[in-house]
Amino acid sequence: MDKFTTLTGIAAPLDLINVDTDMIIPKQFLKTIKREGLGANLFDEMRFDRQGNEIPDFVLNKPQYREAEILVSGDNFGCGSSREHAPWAIKDFGIRCVIAPSFADIFFNNCFKNGILPIPLPQEQVDILMKDAEKGANARMTIDLEAQEITTSDGQVIPFEVDAFKKHCLLNGLDDIGLTLEKAAAIDSFEATQNAQRPWV
Amino acid sequence: MTTPKTLYDKIWDAHLVDEAEDGTCLLYIDRHLVHEVTSPQAFEGLRMTGRTVRAPDKTIAVPDHNVPTTAGREDPKNMTEDSAVQVAALDKNAKDFGINYYPVSDVRQGIVHIVGPENGWTLPGMTVVCGDSHTATHGAFGALAHGIGTSEVEHVLATQTLIQKKSKNMKVEITGKLRPGVTAKDITLSVIGHTGTAGGTGYVIEYCGEAIRDLSMEGRMTVCNMAIEGGARAGLIAPDEKTFEYVKGRPHAPKAGQWEAAMEWWKTLYSDDDAHWDKVVTIKGEDIAPVVTWGTSPEDVLPIDALVPSPDDFKGGKVEAARRSLEYMGLTPGQKLSDVQIDTVFIGSCTNGRIEDLRAAAEILKGKKIKDGLRAMVVPGSGLVRAQAEEEGLAQIFQDAGFEWRLAGCSMCLAMNPDQLAPGERCASTSNRNFEGRQGYKGRTHLMSPAMAAAAAITGHLTDIRELS
Ligand code: SF4
Repeated sequence: MDKFTTLTGIAAPLDLINVDTDMIIPKQFLKTIKREGLGANLFDEMRFDRQGNEIPDFVLNKPQYREAEILVSGDNFGCGSSREHAPWAIKDFGIRCVIAPSFADIFFNNCFKNGILPIPLPQEQVDILMKDAEKGANARMTIDLEAQEITTSDGQVIPFEVDAFKKHCLLNGLDDIGLTLEKAAAIDSFEATQNAQRPWV
Repeated sequence: MTTPKTLYDKIWDAHLVDEAEDGTCLLYIDRHLVHEVTSPQAFEGLRMTGRTVRAPDKTIAVPDHNVPTTAGREDPKNMTEDSAVQVAALDKNAKDFGINYYPVSDVRQGIVHIVGPENGWTLPGMTVVCGDSHTATHGAFGALAHGIGTSEVEHVLATQTLIQKKSKNMKVEITGKLRPGVTAKDITLSVIGHTGTAGGTGYVIEYCGEAIRDLSMEGRMTVCNMAIEGGARAGLIAPDEKTFEYVKGRPHAPKAGQWEAAMEWWKTLYSDDDAHWDKVVTIKGEDIAPVVTWGTSPEDVLPIDALVPSPDDFKGGKVEAARRSLEYMGLTPGQKLSDVQIDTVFIGSCTNGRIEDLRAAAEILKGKKIKDGLRAMVVPGSGLVRAQAEEEGLAQIFQDAGFEWRLAGCSMCLAMNPDQLAPGERCASTSNRNFEGRQGYKGRTHLMSPAMAAAAAITGHLTDIRELS
């Protein structure tokens, strides 16, 4: 997995609540057996018309946000399906950090598995960052995962919380499966006990 | 004295393999359900790292999301090319890794969340995962069941465990009796209307109370299915005699000899009286009305006799969201919901594609015809549901009324196969998501119970089931 340490980049404001996974990557793009290439269709139905032309009003189509690496959005971001295609599309587009008042559970987990940092913050702080993002391309934010701090374009520092284990994996680009396989003995012994106590499983 | 526990606590404790100091846990997974859309990259990952499936006998795969529901689908030529590639990949992965598999040609094929319980794979007290958010469905058996992403699918395939932190406990109690015409779907939609789509975030919900106890296993699955729409990681209902009765004799249920031991454990699976809840929601069963959704979030729920709301009725970010929803849905504030004309009716999905759902819809449709010009389809949740409905004469009722009678799959619930809404087309649907574009680009979805969808098919508009006698 790709590491995430610090990131300084353009933040795009997507001021909508309940941004769902169908919006992030519509189902017609889930018929792939690969992880790559989904960025071209990120927010497809909001970004393009049926003829495939860009909709100029959509934030990521605006010249100042085309290179965005951070997304600031509304409550309950990533609700809906478990499709990991959503974080794959976000990452493939070049976004490595999403900031919102709250995230849907599965999406939140999926982000960490793909080197994306989702940051939940109280609404008032998201409002500050949304305003900052609205300033456009010159307004670069900095995310420092080690220090757990966001610095706005005018130097305001906002601390954030992150789960210690998830932080450790992101900072070091660790593969969960490898870590778990180190505990194979514990899994073996659990299975032995379960086979004795609940053989029907 | 031991500390009182919730049902969630008990299942969690029984599956704990390892707990780190910071509370990060390794949880053992008893059943892993797999489908064609969220698994190819996981199997590819196993191949790339030379890993195997740790417990193939606990892994069950079935294609459901993008398979056509029309005749002749066993022939890949009758699928779009990319769908055929995904289904072929699942065929191959199931074979290569030796996991249980129900191909499209098997009568047991169907929507993964219907197939699991139907074949006795889902049992009380288990941990069940699937690369699909509606895995919550299996919670109806008192199993801890939740959706996972593809990286986690790979993790479970390789290790039969999942890295998890424990969620908080939420109790949703539905007291008393339901009024006539009110179903499990109305309960689950009303709960979401009450708590919002983020209300359950960070929680595992246990549904309880007389109205939940009174539901059949099928109704309980409908309720738990939509726990995810309420933001919860999982929904649970404590197992009882109905659960045991449903499970008994299913192909993968414990056999004689083990059955008694299983029952002994299952009977301990309930929340202790003085267990701690982080949040409690109580709704009176008699306050629940038959409901429909008006917007593009499952929380946009109102009783069928209500009026379309105005954005000004809301606060904060919801004002803009409601404005956007109303525009997308083509509705005017103040309009009667029961005046909204529809073009299509979809009966099916893992929320309402079980035999009881088809019975409820057929009951309304018996001897009636759907409104002229309407498109209506029934997509049974599995081949077994379909066969049973044919045997009971339900298929005939649907066909006589003017419904298409399809093969099993997800179909228009997410419209990855050819069953899609056209732009602007309005659908009365028994599925679980009314997101923008969910059932087809610019398609408009109103969620409701099977009986209400059948009623709408007859009248051609959203209809109060209580007025249709
Ligand atoms: S029926 Fe719909 S919600 Fe259920 S698994 Fe299929 S696509 Fe998902």
